[in-house]
Amino acid sequence: MSNKVIYAIYNDDDILMDAVKKTRAAHHHIEEVFSPFPVHGLDKAMGLAPTRLAICAFIYGLIGLSFGTWMMNYIMIQDWPQDIGGKPSFSYIDNMPAFVPIMFEETVFFAAHLMVITFYMRSKLWPFKVSENPDVRTTDDHFLMEVAVNDNEDELISFFESTGAVEVKVIVKN
Amino acid sequence: MYTFSSKLKTFSFVLMAVGLLGIGYGFLTAPKDIQEVEKILAAESHGAHGEAKHEANTSAETSHEVAASHSEATVEKKKEASPEAVAADDTTKVTESTVAEPVHVEKVTSKESNEVSEAAEHKEHAEHVLHQLQNKPWASLYVACIFFMLLSMGVLAFYAIQQVAQAGWSPVLFRVMQGITAYLPVGSVIFFIILVVCGLNIFHSNSLFIWLDPEVVAHDKIIANKSGYLNFPFWIIRAAIFLIGWNLYRYYSAKNCLAQDQASDDLNYKKNFKMSAGFLVFFIVTESIMSWDWIMSIDPHWSSTLFGWYVFASFFVSGITMITMVSLYLKSRGYLEYVNTSHIHDLAKFMFGISVFWTYLWFSQFMLIWYANIPEEITYFVTRIQLYNLPFFGAVVMNFLFPILILINTDFKRITWILVMAGTVILLGHYIDFFNMVMPGTVGDRWFIGISEIASVLFFLGLFIYVVFSALTKAPLLPKRNPFIEESKHFHY
Repeated sequence: MSNKVIYAIYNDDDILMDAVKKTRAAHHHIEEVFSPFPVHGLDKAMGLAPTRLAICAFIYGLIGLSFGTWMMNYIMIQDWPQDIGGKPSFSYIDNMPAFVPIMFEETVFFAAHLMVITFYMRSKLWPFKVSENPDVRTTDDHFLMEVAVNDNEDELISFFESTGAVEVKVIVKN
Repeated sequence: MYTFSSKLKTFSFVLMAVGLLGIGYGFLTAPKDIQEVEKILAAESHGAHGEAKHEANTSAETSHEVAASHSEATVEKKKEASPEAVAADDTTKVTESTVAEPVHVEKVTSKESNEVSEAAEHKEHAEHVLHQLQNKPWASLYVACIFFMLLSMGVLAFYAIQQVAQAGWSPVLFRVMQGITAYLPVGSVIFFIILVVCGLNIFHSNSLFIWLDPEVVAHDKIIANKSGYLNFPFWIIRAAIFLIGWNLYRYYSAKNCLAQDQASDDLNYKKNFKMSAGFLVFFIVTESIMSWDWIMSIDPHWSSTLFGWYVFASFFVSGITMITMVSLYLKSRGYLEYVNTSHIHDLAKFMFGISVFWTYLWFSQFMLIWYANIPEEITYFVTRIQLYNLPFFGAVVMNFLFPILILINTDFKRITWILVMAGTVILLGHYIDFFNMVMPGTVGDRWFIGISEIASVLFFLGLFIYVVFSALTKAPLLPKRNPFIEESKHFHY
């Protein structure tokens, strides 16, 4: 079974944006766009759903805050409520200001690190991962749009040539 | 051009009228002499005593016995208050050592001679309460006055920062900011008059700043040692220099901005840029000193090094919130063509960020003092936590917890009603913040958010609305030849 895709290569982000809009308008399904740098507004033009990473981070922050609170309460108040320099350890709220720096740092630590790990997992990034770069130039100065072909190869090629592509290739993917 | 809607104008007049009536009521009902205070104290301790007795003899005792003990209590009161009451008063006085009234000093000296009679102590207490109650209408006027004046200062500082930072998003809002800062000259004149009235003790009626009383200074070594800095002429001259400096910047900056509209080059813009940079340097120095002079010196036995920043954060975030609220109002009336949700979103981010910054300073100041617990510093917070528990911690909820939970969401930062709600809470919260800074040192445990406090806020709010919206009618709401105006018109985030 062979799947053909078109690689339309551009050398300018403005032309790329226009091409993406035209492709969407013509109802060709964009598989992927490769770019050497973030192109502002590309996700909107492609119609990608907004990221929910920030929501994850907020929840991770709450977990961190709970963890910091639980840890300090268990250690300092429940387990061994020692008198250290006259600080009141009768209840958590009594000595709460002293724990705020820890609670704050735990919140930031959890929110930041877990969010980054979530990002790596969701975008499938890890050391020794084999790169999925279709054309080496896309990391330097070229943009590449990948579009699936369904029996309309010639029509697609002429369509992409009309959008200002510097190169249009048909690739057979396994 | 903006036209002042007649409804809003009437509304501002109503606010001012109601405010004035309430302020007048506050002054008229403040006790004039010690006899009135005695009556108030008697009524208070009577009620409290009666209730306590009632609780003590629940069901076992007959109504006759209750009546008997009741009359006993009144007799006690005639003998100048019960010992428990005096003891309780004593503890509040100790916790309020920052509120060093002349009475308090006398008390300390008399204690040394070990001849404290109950009657003398009661008299001292009554005098102390008299001062607090007489301060109350003054202090509420002072809080509202300084709050609105500094709020417009916060806007001015924000405006200067936008100029110097060459911000590309904000020029469409410059006229709104200039409109809000138009309150500054009016507010500073009223504020300066209040300072002079306090300083010269015109009307002999208030002791907001106890170091202004030569009697106090004579008996208080700590204040006497500070008199090189805390003395009336130096203090009032400083105040005049600060207020004049700020108003000059405001005046010339707005003037140059208007001149830039008609000009054929960018000379006025460059002038404004340099002037704003100079102003910001002047501002940060004077702001710091201002906070010592006008707020920290209310508690002259206490000092804190980050107090200036803390006060700054409080009025800066109030100012930004006010820019947002006024912009939203004008936008909803169709006057700000080029202001879109991205501008509002940016303002909301500033509201959010500076709210967190305020909290950071609030907590840093509180935690350092709480942690070290040095008696001479901690009294400041002991008074606030014991006597002002709800306003003290309520301010943190309103100024931190509420905004951080509401404004953290990107979509919410574009929704008008959410911003108006968050802005209202932030503004009220920072009023309470100023209330917490001023009241404990002036009225102590006699605080209440009643007629004089609310009326003062209403009066200054009415004045603020009137002055700001009148000023907005005087200039077009869109600067014409600002070098960044095109970028600002098309700003989107």
